[in-house]
This record gives sequence, C-alpha cells and structure tokens, in this order.
Amino acid sequence: MSGSLAPSETPAPTAEELGAHFDGSTPSQTVGPYLGIGLPWPDGPDVVPAGTPGEVRIVGTVYDGGGDPIPDAMVETWQADPDGHFDHPDDPRGRVPGWRGFGRCPTDDSGAYTIRTVLPGALPGQAPHVDVSLLARGMLHRVVTRIYFPDHADAHAADPVLASVPEQRRRTLIAVPVGGGYRFDLRVQGPGETVCFDL
Amino acid sequence: MATSITQSAVERADSAAHALPRYLPDPPGTHPPLDFADYRCTRLRHPTQPLLLLPQRLTEVTGPLLGPGRVGALDNDLTRQHDGEPQGQRIIVRGTLRDGDGRPVPDSLIEIWQANAGGRYRHKADTWPSPLDPNFTGVGRALTDAEGRYEFVTIKPGAYPWGNHVNAWRPAHIHFSVFGRSFTQRLVTQMYFPDDPLFAHDPIFNSVPDEAARQRMVSRFDLANTPEQWALGFRFDIVLRGRDATPFEEPHA
Repeated sequence: MSGSLAPSETPAPTAEELGAHFDGSTPSQTVGPYLGIGLPWPDGPDVVPAGTPGEVRIVGTVYDGGGDPIPDAMVETWQADPDGHFDHPDDPRGRVPGWRGFGRCPTDDSGAYTIRTVLPGALPGQAPHVDVSLLARGMLHRVVTRIYFPDHADAHAADPVLASVPEQRRRTLIAVPVGGGYRFDLRVQGPGETVCFDL
Repeated sequence: MATSITQSAVERADSAAHALPRYLPDPPGTHPPLDFADYRCTRLRHPTQPLLLLPQRLTEVTGPLLGPGRVGALDNDLTRQHDGEPQGQRIIVRGTLRDGDGRPVPDSLIEIWQANAGGRYRHKADTWPSPLDPNFTGVGRALTDAEGRYEFVTIKPGAYPWGNHVNAWRPAHIHFSVFGRSFTQRLVTQMYFPDDPLFAHDPIFNSVPDEAARQRMVSRFDLANTPEQWALGFRFDIVLRGRDATPFEEPHA
C-alpha cells in the first residue's frame, strides 16, 4: 500500500482556497529540453492506424531563426475527420465516436517530425485544415498555426482565416505534396516565417 | 477533393457559431512573452511577425478527449514504477483542473515529467554530474475524476544547473501538460515548490509578468493531505481559460 488517500477522500477546497486560485489562469511555461521523456507516446504520430484508407503522412522540419533545425520540439495536430466532424460534445452537429483527431510527434535530432493521418473534411464556411501547436525548449508558450492542403485550392479563396493572412505569407500555411503525403515545415522566425496565430 | 462554399454552408456556419462556446482571453501579464531576453534561447525561437487572430470556430473549441485508455494503474505513482523505491523526499501532489469559471474539467489527461531527487533527468541530453536513480523514471500520467481532481505520488525533484547564465540553477519543478476541454485550453506549465530561494534568480519563473500569476505556479504545502508517517502533501490547482457567460445549449449527441 502506498498509504495515500484516495482522491475521493480529498477534502473539498475551501472558499478561501478557491478564491486564491480562481483569480486567473495558470501561466504557461516552456516544455524545456527534456520534453522527450514526458510527452511522446508510441502511437502519438498516428492520428489514424497504419493501413487506414486514404492514409497520408505529413512530414516536416522545424527551424529556428538561424535556419537551424530544432531537435527538442513537439508538434501536435488537431483536425476533423474526412467528413469534417469531431468526437466532441461542444460540436453542435453531433459527434463521431472514436475519431481521435489528435497527433503528436517530437522532433528528432534533425528537427524532423511525421504525422500519419487522413485529410480532414471541410468545416462549415472553412476550407479543410489542421490546427497545430508547436512546443519547444526556448518557447515559453506554445505557438499555434494551421496546415491547409493544396488539394483544396478552390476552397482556400473563401476561407476566412486564410483571407486574414497577408497574401505573400499564405503559402507558409499550405502543405507541399510529396510522395506519400505532404511536407509542412515550420519556420519559427526569419525568412519564410510560418504564420502563427493567437486565439 | 475541392470543396465549394455555398450560401447554405455559410448560413450553417453562422447558426453553428451561435451554439459554440467562446473562451475568454487571459488578462495581459498572465502568460510569458515569447521573446524574453533573460531566457536566452527564446532569441531565435520566437516569431518576429505579429501573431494573427485565429477565430474560435469548431476546430478551436473542440479538442482531444483522451480518456482512460491512456493511463495505466500505476502511472500516477512515480515511486512504484521500478523494483525498488526511488531516493528522495516522497510527496503527494493533489489538485483540481478547472476552467476560469470554476467548472471542473473531468476525465482529462494530465502528464508530468521531472528530475530525480538530485536534479537529474533520465534524458540523454542531461549529462551534469549528478547520478541517475535506477528506481526513478520521472514520468507520470493521471486522469482527473468527475470533480476535476487528480493525484500524483512522486519524490520532490532537485534543483539543477543549466547554461543560461553564470551559475544558473533552476528551482525545483515538475512539468505539467494538460489538454482541458478544447484546443484553445491546451496548456503546458511548471509546478514549483513554496519558498524556493532560486525563484529570484530564475528567468523562466520570472518570465511571467504578473506577480499574482507567478504565484499561481507555486504549489502550497498541504498538511491536511499529508498522510502521517508517509509523505508530504502539496496542493497544485490548475486553472484554464474560462468561457464567457453566454448560455450554451448542449447538442443532442
């Protein structure tokens, strides 16, 4: 026995304790250099299992402002299923049970990551896209970006998020076709800097 | 697979938007800036172009709901993952995961990683001369319960030196990664221990501009959750972005 109390025996927080902690959100901190022991999962890069019809790989390299690869970063993806739906109670259109939608891959020594997925479907009023969180040593907060796909060029013209991006920078959000899928490099800073978002 | 945006799709989008939750921004000073000179390696790792505003649509207000399949029975007890017990001060860390409205986030994955009692991580890049502990990996996972509560049993991590500036030492900390309910609420932070003398010298801790916000990263000693003859208790409540008060109709699944 560990001798610990079960969580259900934890006394309810007092009003004073609640007051002390509900005056604001917990701040973000960097993942630091050792995220590699804590965050990777064996199936992390697999939004869908190997062999899924329509499977594609999204590969890429994460670069810093000096043009060097970032070997201690984590790329996380979140996307709709091929019909544009999620498994989530806050989607008023209903849920698709079992759709994971999430992928995560630490960068390797060359700054590279791979995600195995299928193309997302369009969402109401938006072109198909994948939301991305990038976490790394030297980043005190995640940065957020989006991946769009060249297959949906017609829909890009009407996408409100792409429309908000200066035209000369839009290409940083559009993956490039490569064998077996797409390439999406993340340039955190400098020439060709990937568009990042606040939300 | 080209998609055409029809009028009806736009109308559906608008109607759906009315039913979506909206997450409030945190007050300025809550989170660190991405460009923070005192933490040197932010220099080449922050965007220099202004961040654009991403509207909160379906992808942003949903998020991975990673349930029990991700967590094994002993994953939240870092002292029982090997044949023997790790060296160091045994501690129990308890808290709740809530949003800014006080609403618990139930059944939600929390991941932690940390150094051992001597301040050494089990990572190939950590090579400073403090020994590894064969009985300590330093990685844990837990799910919050129906009230948003979680618990970890571990040992208190040690401070360790790093190369940021002359004689730089990180205060003892445990890395916490939480998903919350939506992509918008994703948060990675660090839990610190009360009264650490290294706070004043640590640029990562001090990167949070607001003093009150900094203190929300510091756990509190918790005598009520300190089992006698066993382990010190600490309380660390995590608060994620709140939603605005607009009534929200739960959809029919």
